[in-house]
Parts: sequence; C-alpha cells; structure tokens
Amino acid sequence: MADIAVHESVTSHDDHGPAAHGSITGISNNKLAMWLFLGSECLLFGGLISTYMLYRGRHGSGVGPAQLFDIPLTSVSSFVLLMSSLTMVLAVNAAKRKDDRNTNLWLAVTGLLGALFVGAQVYEFTAFYHEGVGFTTSLFSSSFFTLTGFHGVHVSIGVIMLLAMVAIISRNKVAGDKAEAVEMIGLYWHFVDVVWVVIFTLVYLIPA
Amino acid sequence: MNTVDEHTEHGHHAHGAEEPHIPKDSYFIKVALWLALLTALETSTYWIHLGGFATPALLIMMTIKFFMIIMIFMHLKFDNKLFSLMFYIGLGLAIFVYCVALSTFQFFAS
Repeated sequence: MADIAVHESVTSHDDHGPAAHGSITGISNNKLAMWLFLGSECLLFGGLISTYMLYRGRHGSGVGPAQLFDIPLTSVSSFVLLMSSLTMVLAVNAAKRKDDRNTNLWLAVTGLLGALFVGAQVYEFTAFYHEGVGFTTSLFSSSFFTLTGFHGVHVSIGVIMLLAMVAIISRNKVAGDKAEAVEMIGLYWHFVDVVWVVIFTLVYLIPA
Repeated sequence: MNTVDEHTEHGHHAHGAEEPHIPKDSYFIKVALWLALLTALETSTYWIHLGGFATPALLIMMTIKFFMIIMIFMHLKFDNKLFSLMFYIGLGLAIFVYCVALSTFQFFAS
C-alpha cells in the first residue's frame, strides 16, 4: 500500500504529463516526435542556407547584399524575435505551474512579437522590391527570398499556433496535457528563433 | 529516465524518473539578457570594422547563442538525452551534408 501511495505521488507531479505513461521509453512520444521533426528541419534550412551561401555573389552588375541590406532594421527585428523566445519560455513555465492567466499573457505577447517580426520582414521585402530586386532578378535574390521567405512562413505558422493556443486555453478546451501542448509550441518557436540566429549572422552580418 | 538534476522546482526528488529540473523565470531572464548583449556585440561589427577578425568572432557568437537557446530555452540541458540525440543527429547530418555540398562547389576555396 505504501509503495502504491509513493508511486501515485510521483506520477502526479510528472512534468512529462499523461502522454509519457503510455510510451515504451517512459518519455512523451509527442515531445520525441517534435524533436525528430526539428532535427529534420535542420536539413531543410541547411539546404536553403547553403544555397544562399553559394549564390550570394551571383547578382551580376545589379544590387548585391552590401548595397541592399538594412542592418539596423534587421538588428531590431532580430532583437524582437530573440525577446519572443524569452516570453515563450515564461509561458511554458507558467503552464507548468498551471497558471492559465500568465500562460495566456506570455503566449499573446510572444505572438505579438512574432507578428512584429513578420511585419518587419514584409517591410524589408517591399523595400527591396522598390529598389528593383525581385524574386527572379538574380540567383542572389532568388536564394535570399527563398531562405528568408521560408523562415517568415515558419514564424507566421508559429504566430497562428500561439494565438490558437491562447483561444483554446481561454475556453479551457485543451485535450490532454496543457503544459505539454504549450511546451510543443515553445519548442517550435525556439527553433524558429535559433534558425534566425544563424540566418542573421551568415546572411546579413558576414560580408559576401 | 536520465535527468540532469534530481531536484525539481517544487523542491522534491524526481526518484530518478521523468521529472527534469526546470529553472525559475529569473534564470531565463538572465539568459535572455546575455543573448541580447551578444546580439548587440554582433550588430556592432557592422559599424566597428574588425577586419579579418570579424567573421570568426561572428561565427563564435552565433554558435554561443545557438547553444544557449537550444540547451536552456529548449530545455535540452535539463531534459532526457534521447531528445538531444534526435536533434543532434539532424543537425550533424545537415552540417556534414551541406559542408560536403559546399566543398563540391569549391565554396571554401574562394
């Protein structure tokens, strides 16, 4: 009886949630699948970054990275995305404490910061277009728009997931472990941030 | 399951299973401040010309930021090692494959 009581005490505080108990490994299958997905995403972004690195000098006599990039603007948007990672981790911690109010607050702030980043990217793309650099202008522009565009789509999907999670938590309709659901979105969001850390350095700051 | 630390945020033991130690909010805020400082240093290289030192310095700062985020914000440091394995396999494969691809196009020779 004492053994059973101890076991119940341990499982009731399990951070991996109910999802972990049905798996062979004893860890959450959802979380394992998310990490596997993020590992595969490294290959996707690795391919896009490599392609850009190869073609960044291929702009003929047209506008190249040195003339085009607005480093102060991109630095601010990078800072915004970085701070969204902080608000995301605060949301995950609040969810683990079962503090719905702060979970929703930090998720909403993260979504807002993500939307700001996407807005800055749209502004940047529009400015480039007005300077005569479109998707098909050169190999440089094609690889640049593909890489940063793919990243922007990932951020946009993240914003949608964040706002959806806020709505679901507000209506108290989370199926399964709420903390784990927030953590899954958090992992995706941090990955999108970490990809931008690499893009910001390799694409924007290191001269061609 | 393997955990880095047996002590939890709630102050009880994990009994060697399942429960990773997750730091408090203040710890994450300190990490974010370091990340912001590194970003400021990175950005400063746009105005302060470091010559041949700039690229290695930027790559080092990028790597530090990368691992700070995945280890601390994404909890890899505190979580089960199987998650780290899943991610590092993908990351290692990507680095290997694309370094080979870039070498094929003589990217590093230029």
